[in-house]
Amino acid sequence: MADTTGYPELDSLLPRVAALASLDHAALEREEIALVGRKAGEITAALKTLATRPPDERRAFGAAVNALKLRAEAAIATRRAELDQVRANAERRSVDLTMPARRRWVGAVHPVSAVIDEIAEIFRGLGFAIALGPEVETDWYNFLALNFPADHPAMDLHDTLYLDLPPAVGEQGAGRLLLRTHTSPVQIRVMHASEPPIRVIMPGMVYRSDAFDPSHAPAFEQVEGLAIDEGVSFVDLKATLTHFARRFFSPSTAVRFRPSFFPFTEPSAEMDVECQLCHGSGCGACKGTGWMEILGCGMVHPRVLEQGGIDPERFTGFAFGMGPARIAMLRHGVPDIRLLYEGDMRFLSQFTLTSLPASDAP
Amino acid sequence: MNVSRRWLERFLRQPLDAQDISVRLAAQGAAVDGIEPLNAGLGDIRVALVEEVRQHPNADRLRVCSVNDGGAERRQVVCGAPNVTAGRKYPFAPVGATVPVGKGGAPMRIERAKLRGELSEGMLCSARELGVGVDADGLWELDTAAAPGTPLLEALPLDDDRIVVDVTPNRPDLLGHKGIARELAASLNLPYRLPPLGGATLAPDVAPVQRATGAREALTGPLRIAIDDPEGCARFHAAVVRGVKVGPSPAWLRQPLEAVGVRSINNIVDATNYVMLELGQPMHAYDLATLKGPALVARRATPGETLVTLDGVERALDAETTVIADAARVVGIGGIMGGAETEVRDTTTDLALEAAWFEPARIRRARRALGLSTEASYRFERGVDRWNGTEAMRRCIEIILLTAGGTVDGSPVDLHPVAANPPRIFLRLARVGQVLGLDLGQHEVERCLVAIGATVVAKPDDARLAVDVPGWRPDLTAEIDLVEEVARMHGYDRVPTELRPFRVGTLPDAPAVAVKDRIRRGLVTEGLAEVVSLPFTAADGEASVALLNPLADTGASLRRRLLPTLVRHAERNWNNHVRDVRLFEIGTVFERGAPGQRPVEQLRLGLVLTGAREPAHWTTDPAPDVDAWDLKGLAGVAAALAHPGATWHVEGDHFMARLKDGRTVGWAGRLDADTPPWGGALFGVEIEVTDGARPPVLVEALPTTPAVERDLSLVVPDGVASIAAAQVIRGAAGDLLEAVRVTAEYRGAALGEDRRSVTFRLTFRAPDRTLRDADVDAIEVRVLGALERELGLGRRGT
Repeated sequence: MADTTGYPELDSLLPRVAALASLDHAALEREEIALVGRKAGEITAALKTLATRPPDERRAFGAAVNALKLRAEAAIATRRAELDQVRANAERRSVDLTMPARRRWVGAVHPVSAVIDEIAEIFRGLGFAIALGPEVETDWYNFLALNFPADHPAMDLHDTLYLDLPPAVGEQGAGRLLLRTHTSPVQIRVMHASEPPIRVIMPGMVYRSDAFDPSHAPAFEQVEGLAIDEGVSFVDLKATLTHFARRFFSPSTAVRFRPSFFPFTEPSAEMDVECQLCHGSGCGACKGTGWMEILGCGMVHPRVLEQGGIDPERFTGFAFGMGPARIAMLRHGVPDIRLLYEGDMRFLSQFTLTSLPASDAP
Repeated sequence: MNVSRRWLERFLRQPLDAQDISVRLAAQGAAVDGIEPLNAGLGDIRVALVEEVRQHPNADRLRVCSVNDGGAERRQVVCGAPNVTAGRKYPFAPVGATVPVGKGGAPMRIERAKLRGELSEGMLCSARELGVGVDADGLWELDTAAAPGTPLLEALPLDDDRIVVDVTPNRPDLLGHKGIARELAASLNLPYRLPPLGGATLAPDVAPVQRATGAREALTGPLRIAIDDPEGCARFHAAVVRGVKVGPSPAWLRQPLEAVGVRSINNIVDATNYVMLELGQPMHAYDLATLKGPALVARRATPGETLVTLDGVERALDAETTVIADAARVVGIGGIMGGAETEVRDTTTDLALEAAWFEPARIRRARRALGLSTEASYRFERGVDRWNGTEAMRRCIEIILLTAGGTVDGSPVDLHPVAANPPRIFLRLARVGQVLGLDLGQHEVERCLVAIGATVVAKPDDARLAVDVPGWRPDLTAEIDLVEEVARMHGYDRVPTELRPFRVGTLPDAPAVAVKDRIRRGLVTEGLAEVVSLPFTAADGEASVALLNPLADTGASLRRRLLPTLVRHAERNWNNHVRDVRLFEIGTVFERGAPGQRPVEQLRLGLVLTGAREPAHWTTDPAPDVDAWDLKGLAGVAAALAHPGATWHVEGDHFMARLKDGRTVGWAGRLDADTPPWGGALFGVEIEVTDGARPPVLVEALPTTPAVERDLSLVVPDGVASIAAAQVIRGAAGDLLEAVRVTAEYRGAALGEDRRSVTFRLTFRAPDRTLRDADVDAIEVRVLGALERELGLGRRGT
């Protein structure tokens, strides 16, 4: 069909309608006003001449003008969409996506808490629950009930911080007040509070009269463990703690047990694991031995069971204690223990779960 | 305890390797802290024979020697030492060798040189130049049959290792070489024997020790021995040696002492130290001429008595201290230190020797009261072998006779008022199996016990062993002690590692465990870092708990609040030029309890924040700082986590968390701090942590009908709180009001002073139908009426 409206005065507009498809944004705006604008549009104006036409032509002419108007409007809409798309594409290309990302503050769990949680998780899988105890203890709970003979050189290993208070009276285990030097007094409290089978781990802060220097802190965390039942033996101790070490470090980690001395266990042992830095060949961190001391352990001494109100002939048990702060230091290469307790944001914020890779950092 | 490898070799009569010793001792419970090779720098030094000595033609003080160093040619060596003598052997450092202690103390390499025109090819050495002695008077004349050219380390017992053994407090037997040798012998399955003394082919003839069992006093030669305090001193060996010549010790006595880091003093003192380091029995030698009586009496000190000890310090003594006295005065603090007046001097000729046994707890008490810890007190407080005094006394006398001459006057005496034997312990084989979890069999159990020196008699009737423990193991007092010895000697590494069935424990988790965990997770989600602090602070009011023995560099009291320490952390971060600080701590605070009661311990949550609200980003740089609204939000989070049920109330410029019963459990607000000019405001929250169970979240039904929102901009005069308006809105709007929130606050001239406009956005919803505008219009009229009536508030612009 030849492109004609049948009216010359309208046909003269057809090339302009056809040209709409190649206009730029500004020209399109102008032509929109010039063609279909409400006041000055030429097609609008043509429509307004309808009344001046003979009545019998009005219908056909009106239809022709309306068709032209729809055609122009459709062409404008199509072209505008096209132009918008082009503009959006151009805008997208101009965004520099290498500019640094926007972040929120990310919190961090303290590295020692994280180690304690991990230890707890492994022992939960072995049927252990978590028990807690007070940080202030009497010398009865901290020493005597744990088979430290009164005034014995073994106490020299525990440089004790005593409270400037009169001794506690009128309770079980009354005595001089001190800050517990280990979490072992919680063993006695657990024995008093429950019956075998007992399987608990006991995390908490302990205190020693040590100067605050790169390798000592006067307060630090300990995780104690205790298992008591009929038939619990040194084999169970070795197996449980070896299982723990292999879960915590790696399935192939070498483990060894050496005899040691703690007043509250007998036989007593020290558990070493293969140095996690040199894997046994000897390095500075393990003083060339290839081993790292991880925990002290042993079979609960019969006198400790007695103090806990448990029959040592019927029940046996094992106990262990380890320092999660030291483990965290080894694991993360922390050179100075004071970093763990001084609230330095530069240190603590390294322990987020979502540290950004360096390439994404600004 | 420092141990010499060579000393151990003499007990075991075979060469040992220090690393192997270390592994074996560790496997038996004596951890080795370090191994220090001694005299390792002497590898280049050889034994050389000086064959000819002639005067140096150009120097009066120099001599030219012809030296046989084992080679075909004789070496010409120029030597300045006055004692160089033809036909004697000396240590020789050939050209190219390094001498450990050259001029100025540094190692020195020997070069070929011409000294005043004469060629010198090497150096003849003094003991000091080799770092093995202080005697620098001349060359070290070697008393050796070794041929010229023999390496010095092969010719003389110089190469050694100092092995530092970490001896646990229960093992006093390991505080002497004999005890260590005994452990090694058990590990190597070798015999061990007290070695012959150096330089002696035959031990000197010492009169047998005369036993005075059951007696309280005895005589040895002219010396009266008495025990007036048998609880403090249970046994006393004594001897008198006359006609000794005090002087330097020979190499065989000096070198082992130096190898373990003990300075050689003279032959008498060295003899007593040697015996202590070899057998673990501390000894003391008195100058007999200075003893009144002469007598040695072990008794309690009388209050007011004093003694000037060997270190020159005057010590006040109390009645709990066992002293050694002569007929007139105290001459030694038993088991701790001797007196200065009666010590052996260069001019001493007659000696009184003591090898006593002091009660451990009394020694520990006395040395703590005196603040005086010595090698002797260290051993006595751990427990010296009460049945080994005779061997120690004989050994000491032998060394003195060999190195200082003299004769024993009378018989050495062993005064033992109350005879006793080491204990007998019964061991049930079934108990070994119960504790160790494996059946070792009677034969292996016996083998293990014999290996530690016990005497074992089987009691077949009741499957028990009667075990007589050796005197050097005072730590073995009960059956369980023997179970440990069996495990130790059997070998911990031979116990299987097999997870056996177990019963799960009956105790549930402590309630605080889950609460702490929840708090930790909640606040990490809020972008805070967990901190752990030392709980020591300066005293913080009357209720503070002070330490009796505080540390020098931390506070002297226990914290009553977490926030002061958290403020210190913020300040330390500012000192490090860190501006953004967001920390929380879950920790214990302490407060004095009633008299005679423990302090009250309470778990608290504390948090501080300062600096930018979000990490710096180029689109909003600088990011706005945290403000009171951030604080208020975190305070709400903290309460929800730590103390659900507590609500925050505005009080002046801060917030207090209260329970329904009115008890205050928390504080939140702006903190005073030492803030640098570039630092932001510091905000903090501290709230008690309650154990109470956290009920599970009960889900609300999701809405099925649309909501209608209306904004109300009210003009609020100062003094009327927005929360009051919100309450009136809630009260008046009724059930269809779902939520009210503030969307804007505005102040401006148009409103006039002392007033603001607050815009509340009200969300309405009916659960069962779609609300129409007319429904909400009616409510709005009601709400506006109530606001006008109750608070005098009206809509803005009306």
